[in-house]
Amino acid sequence: MSQVRTSDNSIEPMISLSGVGKWYGAFQALDSINMSVAKGEKIVLCGPSGSGKSTLIRCINHLEAYQKGDIHVGGIRLGHGSKVIDAVRREVGMVFQQFNLFPHLTVLQNCMLAPMRTLGLNKPQAEGRARTLLERVKISEQAEKYPAQLSGGQQQRVAIARALCMRPKAMLFDEPTSALDPEMVKEVLDTMIALAEEGMTMICVTHEMGFARQVADRIVFMASGVIVEEAPPAEFFSNPKHERTRKFLGEVLGRH
Amino acid sequence: MNYTLDFTPVIDGLPNLLWACLGTFTLAISGMLLAIVIGIGGVILRQSRVKLLRWLVIGFVELIRNTPFLVQIFFIYFALPLAGIRLDPTPTAIIALGINGGAYAIEIIRGGVQSISKGQTEAGLALGLHKAQVFRLIILKPALRTIYPSLTSQFILLTLTTSIASAISAYELTSVSQRIESDSFRSFEVYFTVTVFYLVISWVMMRIFAFFSARYFSYPLR
Ligand SMILES: Nc1ncnc2c1ncn2[C@@H]1O[C@H](COP(=O)(O)OP(=O)(O)O)[C@@H](O)[C@H]1O
Ligand SMILES: [Mg+2]
Repeated sequence: MSQVRTSDNSIEPMISLSGVGKWYGAFQALDSINMSVAKGEKIVLCGPSGSGKSTLIRCINHLEAYQKGDIHVGGIRLGHGSKVIDAVRREVGMVFQQFNLFPHLTVLQNCMLAPMRTLGLNKPQAEGRARTLLERVKISEQAEKYPAQLSGGQQQRVAIARALCMRPKAMLFDEPTSALDPEMVKEVLDTMIALAEEGMTMICVTHEMGFARQVADRIVFMASGVIVEEAPPAEFFSNPKHERTRKFLGEVLGRH
Repeated sequence: MNYTLDFTPVIDGLPNLLWACLGTFTLAISGMLLAIVIGIGGVILRQSRVKLLRWLVIGFVELIRNTPFLVQIFFIYFALPLAGIRLDPTPTAIIALGINGGAYAIEIIRGGVQSISKGQTEAGLALGLHKAQVFRLIILKPALRTIYPSLTSQFILLTLTTSIASAISAYELTSVSQRIESDSFRSFEVYFTVTVFYLVISWVMMRIFAFFSARYFSYPLR
């Protein structure tokens, strides 16, 4: 149920957050976050370090609990019951800055584990699916290797394939290229661009502004736990409304 | 010093001694298997949401690690029958070794589990795996690999500790050699031989550990 038609005949968003508040002890990391991501939409989430970007996307698959507001994913309200959380996690793939491949499993096994254990695929089905997706991230010849035998860029592409093996309806990326050597950034971004072109719903935390310009439907800028502004890339880069956004853009674009 | 070596009683007792080596092996291997089960089970309970379970594990570990093994084995052998639990020497020794080794294994394995980065758990959860699946399928093997050297030296210690089971006359190398020694008074010859046998047993154990390491923990790390 990726699209749920409501009475006014509008299409319900794939992911929506309304009034989400999150505290770490007394520290408020997210404050009244409202955000809506339509099916097939690509969002780039940016902002200074510590602004709450990771926290926000980690709330969407409930790696972090939040204390206020509501999150809906694919029509499911993300409550706190473990059944619902598991259901949402099966629908949403996540890619981490540090890849987090399982070191004791081969590339192929990394991709087969969750589909077999959570979707109930048998071994040939899971392997077929894994090989197809490894092909898609152009790494099929490494299927029998272990993560430690791959470069960072290759590992991150495997991580993307591993998430895709769950056939998710949306993908979350948390700074997927920040831990990479510069020469490997492109191969990962190209993989993400290809995924975007296939119509995947994506939320990407990244400081790769070239990628944002090329792929994003909207750029969301956060600071200190709030969404400061959001706009399509052209407008975001040419006409940022807030001082904090201008300052951030100056820093990020200055570096490139 | 004009002690003449006479290995005749040792040679006569050799079949007995070799069978006793097998007894020692049985105690060591069974004790180890039980210790691993207790170790992994204890680590799982130690992470439980239920405070009482966590405290039970902590209490168990403290109790076992701060009391002598000899007292533990006597307790099972001599005190439990008063509560209606009567066990033969060999099962008694296996249980005592398993409990004792298990308490140490809990602490060692827990250290291994804590050394695995949180990202591994998060990646597993994000893929929709349950917490128990994450532990079993993702955390456990790398965790065991990191602490494998400590665990194996603990298990060599456990192997040598089987000799304390002679105190309840379990069938193992030390008690059999004591019998030969007290019949023959050939202390040097008997205990020299037994020392060599224990060395061989430890060496075989280490070969077994190395085999498992090569079999299960040979995936590349970097
Ligand atoms: N587990 C945690 N405990 C306490 N504070 C945290 C925790 N994780 C993040 N924070 C704080 O929450 C804020 C937002 O963090 P994060 O979402 O990681 O920011 P970003 O990804 O934008 O750099 C930061 O100030 C950070 O220090
Ligand atoms: Mg972050």
